[in-house]
Amino acid sequence: MSPLLSVHNLRIGFGKAPDVVQDVSFSVQRGETLALVGESGSGKTITCRSVLRILPRAAQIRGGQILFGPEQTDLLTLPERQMRDVRGNQVSMIFQEPMRSLSPLHRIGNQVGEVLKLHENVSADEACKRVLAAFEQVGFADPERAFRAYPFEMSGGMRQRAMIAMAMVARPQLLIADEPTTALDVTTQAQVLGLIKDLQRETGMGLILVTHDLGVVANMAESVVVMRKGRVMEAGPAGPILTDPAHGYTRKLLAAAPTIPKDIEPAPPLPQEDLILEMKDVSKTFTMKSRGWQAPQLVKACQQVNLKLPRGKTVAIVGESGSGKTTAARIAMAAETADAGAEIWFRPQKGAAPVAVHDMNSAQRVAFQRQVQMVFQDPYSSLSPRMRIRQALTEPLEIHGIGTWAERRDKAEEMLRLVGLNPGMLNRYPHAFSGGQRQRLSIARALTLDPVLLVCDEPTSALDVSVQEQVLELLEEIRDEAGLSYLFISHDLAVVARLADEVAVMRQGYIVEQAPPATLFNNPRHPYTRALIAAQPKPDIRRPIDLLEVSRGAGAPRDWPEPFGFDGDDPPALREIEPGHKVRHHA
Amino acid sequence: MSILPDGRYVDDAPYDAAEDLSAIERADLDAPSWLLMWRQFRRHRLGLISGAFLLFCYLMLPFAGFIAPYGANERNALHLYAPPQAVRLWHEGEFVGPFVYPITAERDLVRFQWTYEADRSTPRPLEWFCDGAEYRLFGLIPTDTHLFCAPEGATVFLWGADRLGRDVFSRILYGAQLSLTVGLIGITVSFLLGITLGAIAGYFGGVLDWLIQRTIEILRSLPELPLWLALSAAVPSNWGPVAVFFIISIILGLLDWPGLARAVRSKFLALREEEYVRAAEMMGAKPGRVIRRHLLPNFMSHLIASATLSIPAMILGETALSFLGLGLRAPAVSWGVMLNDAQNLASIEIYPWTAIPMLPIIVVVLAFNFLGDGLRDSLDPYKS
Repeated sequence: MSPLLSVHNLRIGFGKAPDVVQDVSFSVQRGETLALVGESGSGKTITCRSVLRILPRAAQIRGGQILFGPEQTDLLTLPERQMRDVRGNQVSMIFQEPMRSLSPLHRIGNQVGEVLKLHENVSADEACKRVLAAFEQVGFADPERAFRAYPFEMSGGMRQRAMIAMAMVARPQLLIADEPTTALDVTTQAQVLGLIKDLQRETGMGLILVTHDLGVVANMAESVVVMRKGRVMEAGPAGPILTDPAHGYTRKLLAAAPTIPKDIEPAPPLPQEDLILEMKDVSKTFTMKSRGWQAPQLVKACQQVNLKLPRGKTVAIVGESGSGKTTAARIAMAAETADAGAEIWFRPQKGAAPVAVHDMNSAQRVAFQRQVQMVFQDPYSSLSPRMRIRQALTEPLEIHGIGTWAERRDKAEEMLRLVGLNPGMLNRYPHAFSGGQRQRLSIARALTLDPVLLVCDEPTSALDVSVQEQVLELLEEIRDEAGLSYLFISHDLAVVARLADEVAVMRQGYIVEQAPPATLFNNPRHPYTRALIAAQPKPDIRRPIDLLEVSRGAGAPRDWPEPFGFDGDDPPALREIEPGHKVRHHA
Repeated sequence: MSILPDGRYVDDAPYDAAEDLSAIERADLDAPSWLLMWRQFRRHRLGLISGAFLLFCYLMLPFAGFIAPYGANERNALHLYAPPQAVRLWHEGEFVGPFVYPITAERDLVRFQWTYEADRSTPRPLEWFCDGAEYRLFGLIPTDTHLFCAPEGATVFLWGADRLGRDVFSRILYGAQLSLTVGLIGITVSFLLGITLGAIAGYFGGVLDWLIQRTIEILRSLPELPLWLALSAAVPSNWGPVAVFFIISIILGLLDWPGLARAVRSKFLALREEEYVRAAEMMGAKPGRVIRRHLLPNFMSHLIASATLSIPAMILGETALSFLGLGLRAPAVSWGVMLNDAQNLASIEIYPWTAIPMLPIIVVVLAFNFLGDGLRDSLDPYKS
């Protein structure tokens, strides 16, 4: 039997440049999932978009065939009018950004129903019924409400469900999912992946999954195409590729895939003396602007956060978006003032008098800003595009008036060497650098003032997996060499596992569990921690995501099983159950 | 390429596992941003031509008196409303070089207008580097040498003469000196106010932002033309032309800044969220430094484009005011003042060349718009 979709020797390029997709061939059977894997710039998105012919205007398809369906029609030569019938009806697509792919002005139900109106000429009633059925299928608790909702009323996960419903409602034969879960939290990702898999089983459609995450591939795909710089490196069934990769690049990707290590050396609980940073009872409430006569709304970003960071160690805060982890870090950096009653103590040197970060005068603040630096999440926005590297690296020194011009320059060169870049790059602009290089530059800039404490706000989450690994290694090296202490913020337990000496898991503003990584990963107690660990996709087809475990812990706090659940603002205390292991639960 | 026994496809091409980390990824982006912008701008042909044209116009301003054959207010009582004269090269099949036929005025008492008769028998070659009316080169050096002037016993009105027998071509050149610079002075005033207030509003927010926003709204709600009229009517009539010129350009600038301030404010709000700005703040940079080193350079190019787009508005504003008789006043010469003479519909119908000053206005305004478009497209060289 002929495959549902087959791509033969596809070549795509821009302008006069060489091909960005070179001789790519693959095929998808009915009911099969094919994963297109690769890092950014590998051409995977362009490849899958060419199936629907929704390429950027400058792109030219330079050769090849894309045959679809029982008649083996060539989608590349199909007239535009017939192509419209294919789009959405026979082949549909889920985009990466659920926040941007729904029109903010239309109700979700109408947007989803539009596909039916366009392609099947059904009555409004019938369309509504089918949309509601689709909503139920994708797991909306109240389909009627979802139908009437506007996109801004929904969370990212819910919107992605709506997108899936939109893609599924016309019962397409082929679904193309372009990084459908990359923008989502890990527990939501697990649920959305499970949902796509269920729907596929029910409808027997083919699925092309574009992703950079081998963990997702292992959970979803039957066959895999590994791409790099527009070329297929390795292609074939998922099992052999993931267990015994034949190509060097696949091996490298597999080695770099973030996993939660199984056997971490159990470490003794952190020493409690010589704390470089101590946060006591830190809470932060944001006041949303009141509208008209309504009372101003209070948003509790983080609640009763207590953290102790011993000198030379790393404490990680892990949580999903909106958990309050970044707020906590910003408070620790004095970039945000905590609610009254909070105390934050900072000891720059061993035995030095502690500085009250929550109550600094301006001289103390200047000194504090020299000693505490931050590494930012997005390497593309953390360096000013109009400043040369030298200017960016010497700026902190200039701000604090340290050294002469030549000394600053020497320092900048030294920093570049430290982060593994060539000092000859000083006169270049950030745009010439790749994401990983820029993150190194960002780290170099943070280090120029010789800080003692570094706050890392998701420093690897915007990077490709192979680069993530290198940046983490670099951070580890620098910490051990310069005796730095890190406060590390991440949404990814696997990233934290190798670096942290203690991990605090946050959910909705509260720390729910806190322990050294060995304890936390081997003996997680809190349902939310367990859900986080279970939701982490592993690049191993024998260990699929345990969706039941995920759903037990990923919900609202009131749905957590006893003795962990709580309602509203009345959480149980964070109790120590064994030395160095604290869990928030009712006694 | 090779196929493994289990049906796998594996690429055979050599693969370098440890690629050089420090290799530059996009060497083409490794140039100063002005160079990248220039590369991008070069592709916008209309913008490029307009830019070259405007550059030429502005470079010409100091030499306007040299190029013009007549002085700005030099009257030629025998040639009122003389029509445009052509400069010819051949006389009766014989090459003479640039010359004109002398014209003589005759009163047409039936239709009550001036008619001119050219004497086609005596070609008068133009004089080059000759002495004429006195003017100041660069506005400083008094001299009376002109590029070309009318030969003895003839006139050279390339674009005709006006009601008082003044040469329209020369006056357009002199008028350009004021009309083109009024936009520059106005835009400087508008920039200083707009950037300062917009930056304060965008960066500090809060009460200051509120105050500035409300001021802008009030200014914007005032009807523009009557306000101009009122302000320029307040200029004492005994002030000299230069003082009036400065006041007019400052008035135009004072009324133009709100739009710019809004643009600056919104740009500031957006840029403030960029991580490099937050990074600088966390390193302890003071607001002035953050604004100067991080915010302004990142939208200076945007400002330049928006300035290019608002200079034409200023030029048009000056023209409108002068046309209505409330802006510059004779003996100052600007395009608007010249058009003031063309207010009379009958005279435009009979002597259409009195409306010629409209042409440079249209051309310059269009050129500024095209240039602004081109600049705006090439602003962000990093957007791929």
